[in-house]
Amino acid sequence: MKNAEEILQILKENFPESNLELKTDQPTEAVLIAASLEIDKLSLFLRDSSELLFDSLMNLSGVDELKESLLSVYYHLESTSLKHKITIKVSTDRNKPEIPTVSEVWKAADWHEREAYDLFGIIFLNHPDLRRILMPYDWDAGYPLRKDYENPEFYQGMKVPY
Amino acid sequence: MGFLDSEFTDGNIVVAKAEDLLNWARLSSLWQVSFGLACCAIEMMATSASHYDFDRFGVIPRPSPRQADIIIISGTVTLKMATRIKRLYEQMPDPKYIISMGSCSNCGGPYWEHGYHVLKGVDRVIPVDVYVPGCPPRPEALLEGLLKLQEKIRNESMIKKSA
Repeated sequence: MKNAEEILQILKENFPESNLELKTDQPTEAVLIAASLEIDKLSLFLRDSSELLFDSLMNLSGVDELKESLLSVYYHLESTSLKHKITIKVSTDRNKPEIPTVSEVWKAADWHEREAYDLFGIIFLNHPDLRRILMPYDWDAGYPLRKDYENPEFYQGMKVPY
Repeated sequence: MGFLDSEFTDGNIVVAKAEDLLNWARLSSLWQVSFGLACCAIEMMATSASHYDFDRFGVIPRPSPRQADIIIISGTVTLKMATRIKRLYEQMPDPKYIISMGSCSNCGGPYWEHGYHVLKGVDRVIPVDVYVPGCPPRPEALLEGLLKLQEKIRNESMIKKSA
């Protein structure tokens, strides 16, 4: 079992080039901030390294940070054998939100990433099937959980606002 | 006045208007589409179960819209589901009736302002006969809604009412 600082240390030793940072000044658990384009390599290491063994992706969620003009993704990982947990955050430019998929590392990420794509418009590079999952397939009014989202007046002839 | 209240004049003969007979037959066996949407559907299932016993009013679930007389919209109607509900309704044979059950399907309910995915009332896509308020309505409320619908059917007429 390792705490967040120890996990950060292991990652730094194995990814000396990466700009990794641990954010602890918050009431929730510590968040490890990583570069968005490295998350796939990092994930594979987190899963397979014998010291870490993060075999379970508990949750993957998108966050819109409008003020910073960022779209972020949080990964909540757990190791069921070593009983430790970590939260990872990656951010990407709001105007070109692209993050590599981790669905080949954890199968659970497949639908979670589709949901983040559906509601935030984050493009997961190399995702096997990046379609909308909750909204209708022909929805063309944007991504509903973005903070600057405006609901359309009509969808297929049905009035949408109250 | 209903069919069963008509006068019995002779042993095996019942005298009644054809209209009353048809209406009585219709309102006594309202087969509903086996269709549920959200938490209201749990309440609808409780109404169908032995304690409240929807069957005593002739309501039984049919798994096909083509053999059903009534559809109970029991829950939140999303925009995605609304197009399917419209198709289900169009597949039902006439005469067909709709009970809108619960606040969501009446008017959007708690999703009325921030529900980007919710249709604000199922009456925007199909014509509703009876609205049952509640969140969710208790089985007694749904039974009351059904009785209101039966009342409506009992007073239907094939002939145009005089002005």
